[in-house]
Amino acid sequence: MSELLIKNATVYDPINGINGDKMDIAVKDGKIVDSIGGGAQTIDAQGRLVYPGGVDAHTHIAGSKVNMGRVMRPEDSRSGIKPRTKITRPYTGYTVPNVYAMGYRYAEMGYTTAFEAAIPIMKARHTHEELEEIPIIDKGGLTLFGSNWMVMDAIRENDLERLAAYVAWGLLASRGWGVKIVNPGGGEAWGFGKNVSGLDDPVPNFEVTPRQIIRSLAEANERLNLPHSIHLHCNNLGHPGNYETTLDSFDICKDIKPKRDRQALHVTHVMFNSFGGNHWGDVQSKADVIANYLNNNDHLTIDMGQMIFGSATTMTADGPVQYANARTFKARWSNGDVELEDVSGVTPLYYSPNVYFYGMMWGIGQELALLTKDPWKVLLTTDHPNGGPFVNYPEVMTLLMSKKKREEEISKIVPKAFEHCMIHTIDRELDWYDIAIKTRAGHAKVLGLIEQGKGHLGIGADADIAIYDIKPDETDATVEYDRVKTAFRKAAYTIKDGRIVVKDGEITATPMGRTYWVRSKVDNDGYNRMMEDLKMKFKDYYSINMANYMVQDEYVQHPVVVETEYAEV
Amino acid sequence: MIIKDVLCPFCGCLCDDLAVEVENNKVVDVQHACKIGSSKIMGHDRIKAPMMRDDKKGEFREVSYDEAINEAAKILANSKRPLLYGWASGVCEMMKKGVLLNEEVGGIIDNTASVCHGPSALGVHEKGMPTGTLGQFANRADVVVFWGCNPVQAHPRHMSRYSVFAKGFFATKGRRGRKVIVVDVRKTDTAELADEYIQVNPGMDYIVMSAIRAIIAEHADVVPDNVGGVSKEKLIEIAETLKSAKFGIIYFGMGLTQSRGKYKNIDNAVSLTTELNANTKYSIIPMRGHYNVTGFGNVCAWETGFINAVDMSRGYPYYNPGETCSNDLLMREEIDAAFIIAGDAGAHFPAQSIARMGKVPVIQIDPFHNPTTEMANIVIPTKVSGVELEGTAYRMDGVSLRMRKLVDVDFPSDEEVLDKIIAKVNEIKGASS
Repeated sequence: MSELLIKNATVYDPINGINGDKMDIAVKDGKIVDSIGGGAQTIDAQGRLVYPGGVDAHTHIAGSKVNMGRVMRPEDSRSGIKPRTKITRPYTGYTVPNVYAMGYRYAEMGYTTAFEAAIPIMKARHTHEELEEIPIIDKGGLTLFGSNWMVMDAIRENDLERLAAYVAWGLLASRGWGVKIVNPGGGEAWGFGKNVSGLDDPVPNFEVTPRQIIRSLAEANERLNLPHSIHLHCNNLGHPGNYETTLDSFDICKDIKPKRDRQALHVTHVMFNSFGGNHWGDVQSKADVIANYLNNNDHLTIDMGQMIFGSATTMTADGPVQYANARTFKARWSNGDVELEDVSGVTPLYYSPNVYFYGMMWGIGQELALLTKDPWKVLLTTDHPNGGPFVNYPEVMTLLMSKKKREEEISKIVPKAFEHCMIHTIDRELDWYDIAIKTRAGHAKVLGLIEQGKGHLGIGADADIAIYDIKPDETDATVEYDRVKTAFRKAAYTIKDGRIVVKDGEITATPMGRTYWVRSKVDNDGYNRMMEDLKMKFKDYYSINMANYMVQDEYVQHPVVVETEYAEV
Repeated sequence: MIIKDVLCPFCGCLCDDLAVEVENNKVVDVQHACKIGSSKIMGHDRIKAPMMRDDKKGEFREVSYDEAINEAAKILANSKRPLLYGWASGVCEMMKKGVLLNEEVGGIIDNTASVCHGPSALGVHEKGMPTGTLGQFANRADVVVFWGCNPVQAHPRHMSRYSVFAKGFFATKGRRGRKVIVVDVRKTDTAELADEYIQVNPGMDYIVMSAIRAIIAEHADVVPDNVGGVSKEKLIEIAETLKSAKFGIIYFGMGLTQSRGKYKNIDNAVSLTTELNANTKYSIIPMRGHYNVTGFGNVCAWETGFINAVDMSRGYPYYNPGETCSNDLLMREEIDAAFIIAGDAGAHFPAQSIARMGKVPVIQIDPFHNPTTEMANIVIPTKVSGVELEGTAYRMDGVSLRMRKLVDVDFPSDEEVLDKIIAKVNEIKGASS
């Protein structure tokens, strides 16, 4: 099959410890190889920056919430328009792009893998229908378990085998990759318009606490030996003073022993969960406290959830927070309860730099990344499109690389913001290697995708490669941030499975990517008890029949199925 | 052979618990379905072969699929303003092909919602849509409102499966545990089953809703003694009932979307729902008609960014209801060819639009003869989705399910016909460019 040689590359491949080495990269049949013959197609990188293809461990790119965002916001779909070409379908949208723009824009930035962060099992077929139409990139998704009746009943009855069996079944039914927990227990409470107030507030009618839900799912996750850890959106998101709940949530998994070489807990878009104070008047950044925790503990990773000024479409399984947002800002509100499983809400917001607490939020995301010493512990995300759309990752990269860039942006933000956060006091500037960790290597490690050949350029890895039009040796990113941002926005080349899919920032080919999901073996007795309960729930409470529930193979046309073995902890 | 867990290709309830008996590749019995669903699955007279005619008043002559497809492609490729309408009684797989065909020919793709729940989409643009899956309502709702809809006639199993008689985890008593309110201009069969029937004067839904909102916002003082045919006393009573819910659900139909006020009625109903959530839990949901009309809105939104009425003449999706819906275009006499698939423009469009369709070539893709056939120049019969073809459909609440195939037939699927038309259109356009 095809061979490709990238000559004279300046390579940053943190998983393999390669830090700006000048090297050639050989590709054969879609994989990185040691060497190839003389006749291969050659790209002379001329010393330009080469990264593994970008990986996004937390983004909302497909499914009913995303589509509700599109339906609600025709004004958003009227932006970002690009007519169809011989190669590409039309692009639409900024915060909620159409499926084609999703894939094209990730690829244009040198990203080759993105994981959808919230799949309700009952609506997973829809999620996969959209994922199947997102071109070029590889995909996967995290399945929602945090307010599920099967989960809560098993936890209340202290039946961990049954819980693990259900998680395995739910991942199979949704063709999911990992366990997502959003505002644990709060989704069920929202079924009657309520919420849970903290980790020890029992879920109405189910008599389990958010703390128990997190702990038990973390244990089940390890019994199933899943590639990814549990992936947590904490309780009390968006409330002043919520950092205490966040720290308390971190602690729940402190003594969980991960079965794999990864964290025991990933906590997502922590920007929204790092608020001190008692109300919006005295709200303040507690990013320093959160970072301090991360600097002293090794069992967890987080992602930033960086906020981007301008239009955002917030969408989350945290139903109550969306209602509160909509009422506070008099914004449009969509809600999407899913029987027995979870809830969700979609609300468009506009983050203005003239509002001090938005300025503070802008600061917090970066503070988390810069005050946490180990770059592997904090991934770069915007929680697309909650903090802002993923097309702004290059903006975030340059903010982290340049104090001067930050100062320039700070000058555009209402000064009062900086009475509530500390970003203006931070001098740290990340380098090319750090950015490679925060945008690809770290994401692959956190998701458990290194073994799948993602996030690195070692022999046997997928030949997913980004070449950026920038020469690290001749570029001072702390000063030339505009040039760096331009380069990151439009890759000189994006190579997917050894094939050039982007050249000079333009799409040149649109192959279909793969979808990763996990099939786990479970304990037999636990499975039987789970099935008994599940059949009862379908008979009595679900509005569809069990035979019609599970995502069929037709909806995942290019699957990569990772099998895992069950083990008692 | 009995096939279980069969999905019904009739209404937006998308019931998935049917048992269908098949003998010698023929459906002989349908269990659990309503009469309408059963009748559709049992089958009736269908178009036997592709047909064409030059003169719409003339007789059809039977032709081969290739001839009909080539001629259809020629019409679409040469049209400057083709309308691609219907996209309801089919599976999502064919809708995706429809969006692609529309790109290829630079036409307008429009779904039957255009003359049905289209205004609901405009309401969503204005206010959003707080909703949920039907099982959430079955398990929880203790106050149920039907506003401008009549499920007894239009969605016969809705009340037993999801809304009124269904028992659930919290709604253990089923019908006895629920307060059912019907708001309509006439006393429908659904109203006969209600605890409260509110008769509004035609076209007065909006102000009745506004009055209820005012009362809920504790401004009863501004409400006159009679609003839209309903006494203030009654309105206060209804507001109290609504507020007393632990979980309330508002189902609405074309009595709201196609009466005076149109999308503003939905805007108001969503505002009412949102405000009720301040103290308890409320959801609202449109009663969608065709079993997969909801699917088209989803497919069109994720592919183009817009839910319906997408004009591709600029090479990118352009959406402006009032300008780009079928009847806007037909009444402005812009359309120079019409492609009608899985929907019946002939039965549901106003006379002025029909008159325009009478003057342009009309291509129909459908298993069944219907009023659109009367205006067609080319008719291409296809499989009946959900009976003769597997594929995806979206229930009215946006839950997507996979429809089953029950019998084998020789007809091509919509998707296969569309694939061939797309290929032929490309061939014609490629040769001329």
